[in-house]
Amino acid sequence: MSFPWAKQYEPKLPLTRWLDERLPVPRLVYNSLGGGYPVPRNLNYFWNFGVLAGAALAIQIITGIVLAMHYAANGAVAFDSVESIMRDVNAGWFLRYAHANGASMFFIVVYTHIFRGLYYGSYKAPREMVWLLGVVIFLLMMATAFMGYVLPWGQMSFWGAQVITGFFSAIPLVGDTIRIWLLGGFAPDNAALNRFFSLHYLLPFVIAGVIILHIWALHIPGSNNPTGVDVKGEQDTVPFHPYYTAKDGFGLGIFLLVFASLLFFFPNYLGHPDNYIPANPLSTPAHIVPEWYFWPFYAILRAFTADFILPAKLWGVLAMFGSILLLFFLPWLDSSPVRSMNYRPKARIAFWVLVADILVLGYCGGAPANAFYVILSQICAAYYFAHFLIILPIISRSERPRPLPNSITEAVLANHGGTSPAQTALETSPTSSTPHAAH
Amino acid sequence: MATVDDMVPPGESPEPFHEEAHDPRRRDFINIAAVSFAGVGAVAIVLPLINQMNPSADVLAQSTTEIDLSKILPGQAIKTSFRKQPLFVRNLTPKEISEADAVDISTLRDPQTLEQRTKAGKKNWLITLGVCTHLGCVPLGAGEGENKGPFGGYFCPCHGSAYDTAARIRKGPAPSNLHVPDYAFNSDTVVTVG
Amino acid sequence: MVRLIASIVGAAFVLVLGIALFGSISGAITDPVAPSAESVAHKHPKELELASNGVFGKFDRRQLQRGFQVYKEVCSACHSLRLVSFRDLTKIGYTDPEVKAIANQWVIEQPSINPETGEPATRKNIPSDRFPLPFANEVAARAANNNALPPDLSLITKAREDGTAYVHSLLTGYTTQPAALLKEFPDIKTPEGLHYNPYFANLNIAMPPPLTADGQVTYADGTKPTIEQMSTDVSAFLTWTAEPNLEARHAAGFASIIFILIFCGLAWGAYQNVWRDVKH
Repeated sequence: MSFPWAKQYEPKLPLTRWLDERLPVPRLVYNSLGGGYPVPRNLNYFWNFGVLAGAALAIQIITGIVLAMHYAANGAVAFDSVESIMRDVNAGWFLRYAHANGASMFFIVVYTHIFRGLYYGSYKAPREMVWLLGVVIFLLMMATAFMGYVLPWGQMSFWGAQVITGFFSAIPLVGDTIRIWLLGGFAPDNAALNRFFSLHYLLPFVIAGVIILHIWALHIPGSNNPTGVDVKGEQDTVPFHPYYTAKDGFGLGIFLLVFASLLFFFPNYLGHPDNYIPANPLSTPAHIVPEWYFWPFYAILRAFTADFILPAKLWGVLAMFGSILLLFFLPWLDSSPVRSMNYRPKARIAFWVLVADILVLGYCGGAPANAFYVILSQICAAYYFAHFLIILPIISRSERPRPLPNSITEAVLANHGGTSPAQTALETSPTSSTPHAAH
Repeated sequence: MATVDDMVPPGESPEPFHEEAHDPRRRDFINIAAVSFAGVGAVAIVLPLINQMNPSADVLAQSTTEIDLSKILPGQAIKTSFRKQPLFVRNLTPKEISEADAVDISTLRDPQTLEQRTKAGKKNWLITLGVCTHLGCVPLGAGEGENKGPFGGYFCPCHGSAYDTAARIRKGPAPSNLHVPDYAFNSDTVVTVG
Repeated sequence: MVRLIASIVGAAFVLVLGIALFGSISGAITDPVAPSAESVAHKHPKELELASNGVFGKFDRRQLQRGFQVYKEVCSACHSLRLVSFRDLTKIGYTDPEVKAIANQWVIEQPSINPETGEPATRKNIPSDRFPLPFANEVAARAANNNALPPDLSLITKAREDGTAYVHSLLTGYTTQPAALLKEFPDIKTPEGLHYNPYFANLNIAMPPPLTADGQVTYADGTKPTIEQMSTDVSAFLTWTAEPNLEARHAAGFASIIFILIFCGLAWGAYQNVWRDVKH
């Protein structure tokens, strides 16, 4: 499944040889994250975010298991049990703030990872399966994060559960039945809290399983790279270890720096004050918002304010789910053979418009639902759907991509003061170019 | 169609990751330093993860219990709780005290005198945890009408350990006497345990 | 085929959004939302300088003790502090015997059970107890407070936007309703039993001004008990009750950041070292 020049695992000690013949786990690790996995040599820092996402999941699972030792999933005591973690459990405040802010870090990292994939065309053949599994992971993460936010049983927890399960009541005919089934009652209460806790504990392990598939699927074609050009030979790659383990180690340091600043100095910055008020089914907060990582989708939901054939509420819910589900079709919507946006001038503009669009949607999703923000969300939501479903398919057919470098190595050397890849490619014979002095 | 090797300009080795021979010790030092530093960090992170399983502040705060002795008549005992464990408080009769004193402590499995197990001048107040030192059952004998066992003290029904009137192990599998917690008399009728 | 269906779906969403957008814009033009009294008169909390502010923040224990005194003598009659225990007071500088005495002399007793009859009873507080509730339940609290519920104060500075400053501004922000505002919005005249306070979300708060005169409490450390001082002190105290581990958090934060910075330096060196012979 790897390149023919991949280094082979050679156990040296008798014990590792014995193990390799019976349960070749070290070989598996060597081939997937060790010296046996050849990786393009030109990956930039955006390629750190896959490993960082794995690190973020590990942090969440470890802190989560520990918090579950102290948390009680019952409406009468859930809020107080979280506060007892914050006040009385040894290092409890550290563990809980690490888990709460770790969730934000996980989303920051995963969003960067997704946008990297979008920019460099990592979703395209032959990596469609990697992308599809990635979207599955994203959906599982969203479900896990939502259920985790319910557990402290503050006001936002309760009303978040109320609103999100309310989505399902938009389904015609069976909607209310489904909602009551999901909650195990007519409003969020012990039954809902307990099942959310159970699933919140389960899903991260499902995510870990899908991540294994995601990495497996990635290792069949190998990693993409900033040029989007296929690996042509051994000189295009370096072994994952030590080259990318070293680079990921540095990336992990920067990640931890941001994480620690958030955790120790601004632990409640990304949270909402209302979640420090115990859940009260009789009083809705003035301004219900989900956690920041759901804001763009929340803005899409709120943008649908008009009935047209279907009721507005159903349109909103369909669009919100559709905005994620359409990612499953992306590999076939974008038919351009060129992967990297570096060589696709028009698609690149559309990409950056999309990034700005999603940032604005995010801002609108966190803002109060007044006329100005609703109008802004409507325009941005329209672009969001148009981008993926109309603009990108059209651009991918009509656009004339810039010339690609002939190989990764050529692009790298050009970057280091040789000729530009475009220049080289334009010339009839690539060997005729002469490298200039290194910069 | 140019082959792969044609793309490599002169001067660049097609082997991008070949090892060079210069000063390997200095080169390795920084790698080893980074990895060791990460290891130290990982250990530092593990400490709170372990420490969180220790008793929390609210559990530790309940670790003193005040007991009013005024209503316990000689020959009676009460069962109360200390750190969520049963605590036996017994007002010994003179007969029980003399029975306990009569024992030759060299014959005991866990040699202790009644004096050592009570406070000076308060020899009649026997305060012990109600936790059998064998495997942690609650011995009988503190409640009214309960089986006090062959030695008139406490008797553990789980595996048959028998304690005498100083709550010392006399027979059965328990390895040591019933544990005497730290306590102090606040006044003649009030003790603080813990 | 995928692209055809996609463009139809996309066009449908864009169309519906277009209709909704048209509705929103025409609604905004024909029926603009009138500014509410809250949007005109509601004020954001005033800046409050406290020792615990900022990333280097530490508590001023004497101030916390003064704030605790204000809570005890003024707020505790109506507001509970149900997540805080008497034993926690050792962390703001009281000794164990002092805490024991504070608990023992606390006016409201701890609910318990009469050991003889099993009837509900009360007993003196001990250090391991949480602060007792001033009212047995919500109904009792509302009945005693003109149908308003005095919120628990344990987390109040984290449960409000910019909470520490909010508490201080609210306590010192009582004023008479501006005549100009009343002229603009005749409907919002402060009802009987409520009190105008521009820092409160809907401008009219049920709590009567709790700090009414300088010298309402007598500080043992000689600090002059002005309204401003008492309000600042109790805000500091409630910052501590909401986040008692703030100092440990800041200290751990600095140690972690320094450690991680060194690690980043070493990791950068190792990265450069590993890659030194490879152009990338």
